[in-house]
Amino acid sequence: MNSKVKKLKRYLPLYLMFLPGAIYLLINNYVPMAGLVVAFKQYKVKSGLFGSPWNGLKNFEFLFATPDAWVITRNTILYNLVFIVLNTVLGIMFAIFICDALSKKLKKVYQSAILFPYLMSAVIVGYIVFAFCSQTNGIVNNTILPALGLDPVNWYSEPKYWPFILSFVNTWKGVGYGCLIYISSINGIDPSLYEAASLDGASKWQQIRNITLPSIVPTFVTLTLMNIGRIFYSDFGLFYQVPRNSGMIYSTTNVIDTYVYRGLMEQSNIGMSAAAGFYQSIVGFILVLAANMVVRKFSRENALF
Amino acid sequence: MKEKPFSKYQILSNGIMILWTLLIVLPFILLFMSSITDENTLVANGYSFLPEKFSGAAYGYILKSGAKILKAYGISILVTAVGTLVNVLLSALMAYPLSVRNLPGRKALNFFVFFTMLFNGGIVPSYLMWTSFGIKDTIFAQLLPNFLVSAWNVMMIRTFFTTSIPESLYEAAEIDGATQLQIFKSIVIPLGKPILVTMGTFAGLTYWNDWTNGLYYLVKRQNLYNVQNLLNQMVSNIQYLATSSNSNVTAASSALPSTAIQMAIAFVAILPIMLIFPFFQKYYSKGLTLGGVKG
Repeated sequence: MNSKVKKLKRYLPLYLMFLPGAIYLLINNYVPMAGLVVAFKQYKVKSGLFGSPWNGLKNFEFLFATPDAWVITRNTILYNLVFIVLNTVLGIMFAIFICDALSKKLKKVYQSAILFPYLMSAVIVGYIVFAFCSQTNGIVNNTILPALGLDPVNWYSEPKYWPFILSFVNTWKGVGYGCLIYISSINGIDPSLYEAASLDGASKWQQIRNITLPSIVPTFVTLTLMNIGRIFYSDFGLFYQVPRNSGMIYSTTNVIDTYVYRGLMEQSNIGMSAAAGFYQSIVGFILVLAANMVVRKFSRENALF
Repeated sequence: MKEKPFSKYQILSNGIMILWTLLIVLPFILLFMSSITDENTLVANGYSFLPEKFSGAAYGYILKSGAKILKAYGISILVTAVGTLVNVLLSALMAYPLSVRNLPGRKALNFFVFFTMLFNGGIVPSYLMWTSFGIKDTIFAQLLPNFLVSAWNVMMIRTFFTTSIPESLYEAAEIDGATQLQIFKSIVIPLGKPILVTMGTFAGLTYWNDWTNGLYYLVKRQNLYNVQNLLNQMVSNIQYLATSSNSNVTAASSALPSTAIQMAIAFVAILPIMLIFPFFQKYYSKGLTLGGVKG
């Protein structure tokens, strides 16, 4: 008994330190998890999140009866697949190029440039894209297209251009993140491998193919699987701010996250929005678990858990 | 002696990187140039890297008559400062117990934090919960939802504590009769400074860049908008003007600052990030380890 009291006295302060943050996570993260049940309810403001009457699967029936359910699922997954391919291929290519920069100074310049847009808010990125694509003032319509002898394009009302614009903007903003991880992975390669290869007369391309690429496979597999685990989520800012919430281009810019937002805030269609959110949370969770399982099989040390 | 000529590979790789660097830098230059372009020139010729006529009017407007804009900067600065401070403090307080190896129940507490990275309830229940707490249209709307503690930060700090602070230091302090709070203050915080600064810059960036909390929770009190909310609101007004044709249009368009002013506000929102960028970069790659969050 005495030892138990002693033990408690010793560790109690530690538990108390843990407590404030734990209460925050409990409220901010765990209550909304339980709140997912709202997808099976007919939400009424007066009765609140947990008191509203049950509604069975009605919200889901409505959601999957609309063509939106298919469009947002397709857009979310296809965009993510394109983003994963672009960020991986360009991320690895840039990382190799940056590591082989002509001078230390240039290396620093490249590295700074590639990281910088990653720190911008989606709002700022939206403004920058607007400076290029604005119908009346944009540099593309005013300067670039006329110089090429082409007619101006109404970018914010033509859905067909947006898969390209969004893919480019996402790469422009986000490629730096993976690239820096690949750079640290390349920096970890034993330099004597390259020295030996040069002595043997291996060309630069042969060195990349036979030393660099095989060495970064673990990083590549882990990063890619983690991204595949996130394939049901998208960057709300990218899909909301960059297309400026323009209704005419929803067919190629609407993803699950923007759909949930609009249902909740613009159309007060909480039932459908909650159903879409539930669908995203559950499928997303399963994919994260599955991706981690595969990483664990491949290399235990790179798995999240 | 003749210098060795560049190889084809060097020309190709550096050429591509220089192009990519330009592709990143030029849009920011365009943003800045638009903010110092004379408004009439802007309307006539559109955005341009080399405008015909320059004007500092946009920045003058922000300083002189932009009470709303300056207020938004004030909110941004206040929320970023308070949010970052609380975030780092709570995260460090959580991370330290998790780094104490023989703490009973450590695994369960670890899982409690970690699980929030795997699964979340999404925005709908979160929005309904926070609004039921009455934070709507208060300053707490900018501070409380989503960003006060992030599991990722806690895990990174915990890993740093376990790997970089030798256990013998704790033992010695305990023998000297130090309380846990004293240990936290005089050993953990000073030795954990590198990671706390790193995670602090991450949290600060999150708060400075956030526009979602304002979008969800500030409906009536626009005087609590931060800079990002203000910029976002101007976009919504433009969209509104473009899609509606009723009499409210004149009211909305007269409230809308000129294009150059919008770009000036955007540029000033980027400025603090530019200033801390060298500092940020120094710490950033350190924070970018994949294995740092593991249990």
